Amino acid sequence: MRCRKCDQKAVINMRHHKLALCKEHYLEWFVAQTERFIKKYRMFGREDRVLVAVSGGKDSLALWDVLWRLGYQADGLYIDLGIDGGFGYSRESKALTQAFAEERGLTLHIVNVLGEYGATIPEMAQLTHRGKGKPCSVCGLVKRHEMNRIARDLGYTVLATGHNLDDEAAVLFGNTLTWAAGYLRRQGPVLPASPGLARKVKPLFRFYERETAAYALLRGIRYIYEECPFSVGAKSIYYKQLLNKLEADRPGAKLQFYLGFLKAKEEGLFAAGKETVPRMHTCPVCGQPTTAPGKCAFCRLVERVEERKELRIKNEE
Amino acid sequence: MPAKLILRNKTYEVPHGITIKQALKQLEIPLEEVIPTKDGELVTEDTHLKDGDVIRLVAVISGG
Ligand SMILES: [Zn+2]
Ligand SMILES: [Zn+2]
Repeated sequence: MRCRKCDQKAVINMRHHKLALCKEHYLEWFVAQTERFIKKYRMFGREDRVLVAVSGGKDSLALWDVLWRLGYQADGLYIDLGIDGGFGYSRESKALTQAFAEERGLTLHIVNVLGEYGATIPEMAQLTHRGKGKPCSVCGLVKRHEMNRIARDLGYTVLATGHNLDDEAAVLFGNTLTWAAGYLRRQGPVLPASPGLARKVKPLFRFYERETAAYALLRGIRYIYEECPFSVGAKSIYYKQLLNKLEADRPGAKLQFYLGFLKAKEEGLFAAGKETVPRMHTCPVCGQPTTAPGKCAFCRLVERVEERKELRIKNEE
Repeated sequence: MPAKLILRNKTYEVPHGITIKQALKQLEIPLEEVIPTKDGELVTEDTHLKDGDVIRLVAVISGG
């Protein structure tokens, strides 16, 4: 297969775009497409201070690399979750993220969950009996809260994550199976800023997972190849596999599924019905918005973790 | 000598002469979920496997 632009040997063939490219032209195309989507979906401008949530994985590092090449003001945020999984998952991914930032002279903020709140993510889940052995819901809650906190405290106007099209299509698939109207209404590549919360954007949302991986590999980005040990058997992976079966027979099916959703939403398919927008309250402890009066879910979690830890110490005495 | 495809810790042997795409189909590995590489370089799925070729497949799906 030959590159469409220069006739050299192609390194990747994107069947859904009927486009094969060589290394040089693929890297160029990927960066230019990202810029196009940032503008098309009005994500941010050069005047914005962007905080990129980086995990050490291919997607978030690819995103940070592209934003840096495009000249945006993009700093990184790594949240050390304290997950080991027998191979030092958090330690490894943190080291790779730090090396990435150092090589490019980029600013990286690191939040250590254990240092900040006295327990790692798996410990928090265990102490509070949340998630039936899987800390994923606790992890999601903590990550969201910490991203919002750092963005606000350090004055970032935009929070960017590395979600790709497969991530978004899998979430959409799950939300559609259960007709989760509230989630469907909120799902999208841009979530506008609200009082106390920065705008959230997903600049890579139109790239297939295969494309972000190819970008990271071709760019020589060293990322964590091993999965989070808790993602084994995750529903999102199952949905991705199902969608890939569709994609194999009908190239472009995944992209069409997601873009069709965005278009339908624009045309009012998911307009708010009787359900009114919940009145937002402010958490008295952390100051972040919350749907119910009183402490937010994160602050209640942290409180319970502290209680349980004290109890444990007392029992040991 | 057959060609080899390696995915994570598994090695699969396939006859040479066929393409990577055909080999993946035989092994029931979805092309969407891997990137084939040869000698550290990315290769497209229409590449014909030669005697003794070693193709490393980079898994691309991640959870979360
Ligand atoms: Zn080219
Ligand atoms: Zn709070």
